[in-house]
Amino acid sequence: MSLLDVRGLQVEFPSRRGHVVAVRDLTITVEPGEILGIVGESGAGKSTIGNAVVGLLEPPGRVSGGEIRLQGERIDNLPDALKRALRGRKIGMIFQDPLTSLDPLRTIERQLVDTIDYHLKLGEEAAVARAVGLLDAVGIPDPAVRIKQYPHQFSGGMRQRAVIALALCADPELVIADEPTTALDVSVQAQILDLMKGLCWDRQVGMILITHDMGVIAEMADRVAVMYRGRVVETGTTAQVLGAPAHDYTRSLISAVPRPDVKVPRFPRVTYIEDAAELPEDFDLSTHWLGQARNFGAGHAELVRLEDASMRFTTTRSMWKSRRRYLDAVDRVSFEIRNGEVFGLVGESGSGKSTVARMITGIYRPTGGRIRFGDTELTALQSRAAAAPYRRQMQMVFQDPFSSLNGRMRVRDIVAEPIHFHKLAPTRAEAARIVDQLLDVVGLGAQAAQRFPHEFSGGQRQRISIARALATRPRFLICDEPTSALDVSIQAQILNLLKDLQQELNLTMLFISHDLPVIRQMCDRVGVMRHGKLLEVAATDALFEKPKHAYTRHLLSLMPKLERIMQPKMAE
Amino acid sequence: MAEDAGPRLGRRLPDVFQGDIWHSFTRAPIVVLSAAFLVVAFLAAAFAPWVAPYDPFDLASLDIMNSVMAPGEKGLAGETFWLGTDDQGRDVLSTIIYGARISLVVGIASVLFSLVMGVGLGLVSGYVGGRLDAFIMRVADIQLSFPAILIALLIDGVARSLMPRDMHDELAFYVLIFAIGISGWVQYARTVRGSTMVERDKEYVQAARVIGMGSGRIIWRHVLPNVTGPVLVIATIHLAIAVITEATLSFLGVGIPPTTPSLGTLIRIGNDYLFSGEWWITMFPGVALVLLVLAINLLGDWLRDALNPKLR
Repeated sequence: MSLLDVRGLQVEFPSRRGHVVAVRDLTITVEPGEILGIVGESGAGKSTIGNAVVGLLEPPGRVSGGEIRLQGERIDNLPDALKRALRGRKIGMIFQDPLTSLDPLRTIERQLVDTIDYHLKLGEEAAVARAVGLLDAVGIPDPAVRIKQYPHQFSGGMRQRAVIALALCADPELVIADEPTTALDVSVQAQILDLMKGLCWDRQVGMILITHDMGVIAEMADRVAVMYRGRVVETGTTAQVLGAPAHDYTRSLISAVPRPDVKVPRFPRVTYIEDAAELPEDFDLSTHWLGQARNFGAGHAELVRLEDASMRFTTTRSMWKSRRRYLDAVDRVSFEIRNGEVFGLVGESGSGKSTVARMITGIYRPTGGRIRFGDTELTALQSRAAAAPYRRQMQMVFQDPFSSLNGRMRVRDIVAEPIHFHKLAPTRAEAARIVDQLLDVVGLGAQAAQRFPHEFSGGQRQRISIARALATRPRFLICDEPTSALDVSIQAQILNLLKDLQQELNLTMLFISHDLPVIRQMCDRVGVMRHGKLLEVAATDALFEKPKHAYTRHLLSLMPKLERIMQPKMAE
Repeated sequence: MAEDAGPRLGRRLPDVFQGDIWHSFTRAPIVVLSAAFLVVAFLAAAFAPWVAPYDPFDLASLDIMNSVMAPGEKGLAGETFWLGTDDQGRDVLSTIIYGARISLVVGIASVLFSLVMGVGLGLVSGYVGGRLDAFIMRVADIQLSFPAILIALLIDGVARSLMPRDMHDELAFYVLIFAIGISGWVQYARTVRGSTMVERDKEYVQAARVIGMGSGRIIWRHVLPNVTGPVLVIATIHLAIAVITEATLSFLGVGIPPTTPSLGTLIRIGNDYLFSGEWWITMFPGVALVLLVLAINLLGDWLRDALNPKLR
């Protein structure tokens, strides 16, 4: 008898316009002490499985077929009161965002003790002792002191540890972890994953680990189920599924994961999910609108140069100087970006890499140092009008495809806006023609112009964003985490598109990412940032092969270990 | 990354979203009724000269012999006054239709006034931030500590003391719009300021700044269209408040003069006759006012719920 036995599960979300079947005919089992990974892209129904097992489907969602058995007992048809007793007691949950899964108004102690008390009826003293023990087990130093604190006094990684302690409160048999490390930095992610793996093994708890990240699966899971549009397309041991995938979807998913070990010219095409064309074959730069008037700064070896650029934010205002508090988001950073190269900036969240981009584009005015663009010192320009010609030469692609496009404007107007603003087309008809061409270039097709942004998926929106950035015919393109909000197969398509454009248009690029394999695939030279300081700049291959700085070595050691399982010989 | 296919659909597609609002509309009979009543009221008010049985302001057609007739009575010329007549022999039904016209015009104009002022200040306050924001919001706080009706009375009083009497009568209409309008901008400003602060930090605004756009243009083209949702709801509910405020001021005798009566003026005129048994002169305008305000409020409440995805 398995710990968890799900057979033929079907989950639907009825609505006025027909039923959406989120999960169909799902059969999985979990043994005690085993980690079952469920991997798939957005909308595959991964989270719905977890919610169905604990009985937390959001109404109107419901289980419409199949059965779920925990230790042989059927749990999908229990009344709500019994389901509630099951949650926490037999099944623990770990959610994605540690910021929102703890109650900010109550101490960690209250949250733990209440849960322990509710399920185990230990009494206050024993419950507190148990809570302290749990915090100790999840690796929180000084548990007896820290337990009295509120969630905001914990860092992101510590909070996720507290959430894990909360999930383990009543010694559950099964833990469901839904993207437990997606919101965390890589160095924290590695620690949390280690912790979860150790706890599962020590306590013989079964775990369902839901994630989109192949690297996490490779590191953690004993067995994997690959999901695609509500169905499991493949299950097997991790080594088997990742090493010798049987299904086409699994194969294309794995091939789309950027390789950290060697730079490949292009990602293989993943035709499975999003169907967008590649750059047209007959693309001729010399006659195309995009190719004209782009000799800006061509005579220089370097296009952008930062000299001791600094950005200081005031965190506490005060009339008295001594009481003011500052944050040095960027602290005397100097580097140059050469003409036609892709320069990468890598670092964890809060390292100041996005602030650097915003300083170059003029969203922030540096509080110190100089930024040169071509011949001109941007930081010396006083008026917006004086800066306008240089602004035109640099554009930016943002991280979040959902907030980077104005939802009230049609795609045509979004892309045409920079053209009109900088008066790059003599007539409106001419501008419309250019917009159609731009949409073709980014692989969307001219018919996209009539529609609104919400009608597109994340990847398609990112293409619109790129078209908008190209509309001023920039010389210099900044990409700030352009693919970190996207699924891996779509990430591969967008990175291919950016590579093609960079080569065809001879663009100079600043590419910002926290993802080392992506950096390796995209960049010629890389700078590593931490706490607002630039630690190391080197050619990509040199940085990955012979990192100089200790922090760079540390980051590299945390890269996903997918390769190790896929090609065991290479890793040795 | 981890969204489920199901619940997202509604948020993604606007035609579906529009459909949801229509669906929720047809499912609420009381709202349909309110909307129908308002359509009739607005049309009647807009086309008053053609809809009203008599022209109550045409002195030539008035006959003092027809004064204070009970509802349904026949006049000297054999005409029927379905809701009776007032002290000057004016048909009450016609005065209500003409009065509603003035009430609604004052209400809508002062709402527009508040809306433009409040949204404008809210956008600037939220987008620019810092000291300007602090200044505007403190002014708003101070104004909120006075009741709206008091501010309106104050402005009307100042206008009266500054202008000669006949000039004031002529301009009473505009003074009233200004007085009611200025007392209501705070709510718009606060709401819009809040949404503006959220929108300001979104990446599409940064993208506009990277293009090189100035703040004015960004506010107008990008921020404004994205903060209008709640404004619509406030405006609807504010219309009901504005109509009531106008009626109150007119009832107190500081609003629209009796020569071109609004609903409030009519209620005041009729009030004098209430205890002598001529109840219809004040009752029918009162009922009209209540129905009008109730319908607007019901519609506003429904709109707020329908546009709020959390309550759906």
